[in-house]
Amino acid sequence: MKFAVIVFPGSNCDLDMYHAIKDELGEEAEYVWHDTHDLSGYDGILLPGGFSYGDYLRAGAIARFSGVMDEVRKAAEAGKPVLGVCNGFQILTEAGLLPGMLMRNKNLKFTCGTVSLKVENANTLFTNEYKEGKEIRIPVAHGEGNYYCDDATYQHLQDNNQIVFTYAEDFNGSRNNIAGIINERGNVLGMMPHPERAVSDLIGGTDGLPLFRSIVKQWRESHVSHA
Amino acid sequence: MKKVKVYVTLRESVLDPQGSAVMGSLHKMGYDEVQDVRIGKYLELVIGDSERDVDALVDELCNRMLANTVIEDYRYEIEEVVSQ
Repeated sequence: MKFAVIVFPGSNCDLDMYHAIKDELGEEAEYVWHDTHDLSGYDGILLPGGFSYGDYLRAGAIARFSGVMDEVRKAAEAGKPVLGVCNGFQILTEAGLLPGMLMRNKNLKFTCGTVSLKVENANTLFTNEYKEGKEIRIPVAHGEGNYYCDDATYQHLQDNNQIVFTYAEDFNGSRNNIAGIINERGNVLGMMPHPERAVSDLIGGTDGLPLFRSIVKQWRESHVSHA
Repeated sequence: MKKVKVYVTLRESVLDPQGSAVMGSLHKMGYDEVQDVRIGKYLELVIGDSERDVDALVDELCNRMLANTVIEDYRYEIEEVVSQ
């Protein structure tokens, strides 16, 4: 399976993402610059963390108008897996590919550490290798991860099982501790915590690996059955 | 040519943690009469002469990029700029 790691000016988790796919997962990965106009050769799209365009105006507000974003939208519409982590999540909400918005953390601090997440929905192409309800330990590092949406949107997320990860306890003020959500179709996931930083025991854990394995497993199964 | 002053603020229904922190500090300094602080952004645009309706243009800019209407409201003022 071949992944595109989209690189915006100011991305800084692109190397971690690449390493996770290439070295830990053993799949193909390529860096793709933000002005690329063709993602047709990739099976999965990864939007890494960082501070694209310096977070000017709002986090993700400028990156969402990058040339590559039309292609990301097309990939999402084609049903390819699209994963946005941290700044990638912010870009996906700004682009309208996921509902809601990520605001300044409630305590106004940029917070770094490892948190416990609850897997709320293990029936997605990103989480089928986890046990539902399981708590996993994943690093976080953000100043604007406070997920906001209005009541109607929240109800909709709940009714469609679109809340995939929650913080085990209030971490940044996010509505109902939401840490990651998926689109209605189930192929676009945005999350603030960094699964790509939890793929090796050497650097503090492997709880992020099942997420990437899930994507590959689903892809293999669907491609074998079509073959 | 026109100068457009755009004000972007968080919606009333959205908590403003920065504004709350500033208000808390003002209260500690003794300014008890301050009842609310909302922090927003101020942008100045200079728009060249165009066939397009300026209001429609500014609304489009605000809705597409300058404000995120999930959490923000915007308003603006337009001034005529006399070129020298």
